[in-house]
Amino acid sequence: MNIRVLAIDDSRTMRDLLRAALEKAGFWVATAEDGAEAVEQLEAAAPDVIITDINMPRLDGFGVIEAVRGSRCAATVPILVLSTESSPEMKNRARMSGATGWIVKPFDDARLISAIRRVARV
Amino acid sequence: MRSGKLHLTPEILRVFYRAADRLADLVALGADDEMWDEPALRRQIDEILALSCAAEPAAASPASPDDSGDAAADGDLLAQFTPTALDFSFVPPGQEAAAFRRHRITFAPTAELFANGHEPVHLFRELAALGELNVEAQLDAAAAWDADAPAIVWTLTLDTAQTRTEIQEIFEFAEPFAEIRIEEDGHDPAGTESGTSGSDALAPERAPAPGAMADIASNDPVPIDMQPLSTGPAGPARGTEQVDAPQGAADRAQPDKAVKTGSRATVRVDLELVDALINMVGELVITQSVMNQSIVEAGLASDRRMASTLEEFRTLTRQIQEGVMAIRAQSVKPLFQRMGRIVRETAQIAEKNVRFVTEGEDTEVDRTVIERLVDPLTHILRNAIDHGLEHAERRRAAGKDPTGTVTLSAAHRSGRVVIEVKDDGGGVDRDKVLASAIAKGLVPANANLSPAEIDRLLFTPGFSTASKVTNLSGRGVGMDVVNNEIRSLGGRVAIISEPGQGTTISISLPLTLAVLDGMIVDVGGQTMVVPISAIVETIRPQPSQLHWIGPEARMISVRDLMIPVIDLAAVFDYAGGSGALEREGVLLLVENDRGEQRALAVDRIHDQRQVVIKSLESNYGHVPYVAAATILGDGQIALIVDLDEITQGTPALPTPPQARKSA
Repeated sequence: MNIRVLAIDDSRTMRDLLRAALEKAGFWVATAEDGAEAVEQLEAAAPDVIITDINMPRLDGFGVIEAVRGSRCAATVPILVLSTESSPEMKNRARMSGATGWIVKPFDDARLISAIRRVARV
Repeated sequence: MRSGKLHLTPEILRVFYRAADRLADLVALGADDEMWDEPALRRQIDEILALSCAAEPAAASPASPDDSGDAAADGDLLAQFTPTALDFSFVPPGQEAAAFRRHRITFAPTAELFANGHEPVHLFRELAALGELNVEAQLDAAAAWDADAPAIVWTLTLDTAQTRTEIQEIFEFAEPFAEIRIEEDGHDPAGTESGTSGSDALAPERAPAPGAMADIASNDPVPIDMQPLSTGPAGPARGTEQVDAPQGAADRAQPDKAVKTGSRATVRVDLELVDALINMVGELVITQSVMNQSIVEAGLASDRRMASTLEEFRTLTRQIQEGVMAIRAQSVKPLFQRMGRIVRETAQIAEKNVRFVTEGEDTEVDRTVIERLVDPLTHILRNAIDHGLEHAERRRAAGKDPTGTVTLSAAHRSGRVVIEVKDDGGGVDRDKVLASAIAKGLVPANANLSPAEIDRLLFTPGFSTASKVTNLSGRGVGMDVVNNEIRSLGGRVAIISEPGQGTTISISLPLTLAVLDGMIVDVGGQTMVVPISAIVETIRPQPSQLHWIGPEARMISVRDLMIPVIDLAAVFDYAGGSGALEREGVLLLVENDRGEQRALAVDRIHDQRQVVIKSLESNYGHVPYVAAATILGDGQIALIVDLDEITQGTPALPTPPQARKSA
């Protein structure tokens, strides 16, 4: 079965890169350009894994994580943070919000894909 | 081969397959306490040894001393490979043997692990991909349920050739949420790898995930005593109100564990028992419908309780039937894998490069059907490779990839299973086929056949496609054997060929051999059954829709499509005679396997229900235009029409006497 990934990033280039990399690996990819759009899409996209940036307009990555964990339809979906940030404080905050894992940008296709496969409940 | 000294060639693969066959034979012989064929075995061993000789001349010496012929051969090989000995010096001794190490992993997740979207079972699945994994769950901690402590402690043993780094990587994200210890057993046969063996806890060298470790470390580590839980979700008996979370987790743990260790609970049942059950369920369905009808006729069905009970009975019967059928359903994967091997062997003998692609391996088909598909599929695949695909040079000349592709696919399509063998070869050589058929007297010399009709000649008895008799095909049995075998399964074979593009042979089979959803219709005073899966829609035609094409044939225009009308009563020559349409008949728009639509004229539609198929072939042979019979609720026997024959306008080829009906 194809793993469905919801990728959230405010940079168009980043979304395109993610989509290209993930679709090549055979995943289904939905994208959102910020946290708010992601939360709207959450039910329709029914992702197996969510990949989110941290710094985004409207609703940031932490907000996304909290919203997903508090949601009815996706409370247990694994969330990977993909961010340029790598400070322990940020990571810890993400962890407290309920993030599943943290990957530092720039990402390596193979590593990202294996990370997704590792956490996906498919 | 693993160390890269020997490259995998088709030749080697073939020897391996034969060796595997031989091993299987030996096991079978051993089970029967019989003696094996010593010389043949010897030959086989020599053959394998010859391969290893080619790679490692140094190791060849024990193979030959008692066999002078072999020794000579070895000599030749040695001569060719003189410098090879140098290679050995580059391989550190014992490298290959040292590969497998046992790792003991203790994994004590916190509640947070689950809250953050982790699932231990998935981590274990990843671990299992590295090697041989054994998982045990310790529920002692769950018994002493403490909100902060890990509820379950998992003990895993992993035999793997991978290094600790690979294992750690799997736990990368889970690390902050669990206490993880990885220990290596000093279980290293060769003991050559530099000093990393022995056990050391992971904690000190782990990159500290700030905060996380501190949290966990402050709790007392849960003592793990080696007392694996044996069977059943035997979580500790606690007050129900506080057990929820850990107990739930424990419950989940059990089946997962079973899956991991590969022992899913199954029951082996004699196939005859299942078949008997299926037959009885078939009878049950008939009885149910007879009863239903009697009750309706007795005027009792208006009673509300009776009606709801009846409805429930019907649903249950149907569910029982589906359940029983599911027992026999199997995925086609093993069958496809077997075919992969046949493709390889055939490709080798035919000296063609073939890429074998399979699709829809998870499609489930009745087990008996799968077994009987082996021979026809083998035959079709061999044909596809031997006759369908061109040789590499010709493909190159035609601007195609020199490696031919053969695709084997399975899919469920409108209540049937469709299995297709598709090649991208040259297509059917129609001139040759027609010439050959004329030469064999199968068709008159002046016959004017459409391309599709010529393609179908391949299925005619007595027609063999091979211009030369090879080891693969053309042994006198042609595609007609395939055709017969598939027909006896209630299926059909169709061929679509595009010159220069390739050929597709598609087999369409009923999902089950026993039951069919049918529409009960009146045809010239007789009751007949039309398979619902083929019916696209029913039409009560307006006179303006009908058009006469010549004195006999009519067409109906449906949404700007002109569709030929076939009068079922005329097809079967029923005394009531044709002309259903003149008597306010109904048209059933049906579609056959090739996607062609026809409108069948019938007098009346009665009902739509599930019928049990009773084969006629065993007693009557093939009856033209009739697929099978069934017994209706009132005990009446009705024929199930064979839509494919009817829509083709010709009965199946094996029964020429009825040919006069062809349009």
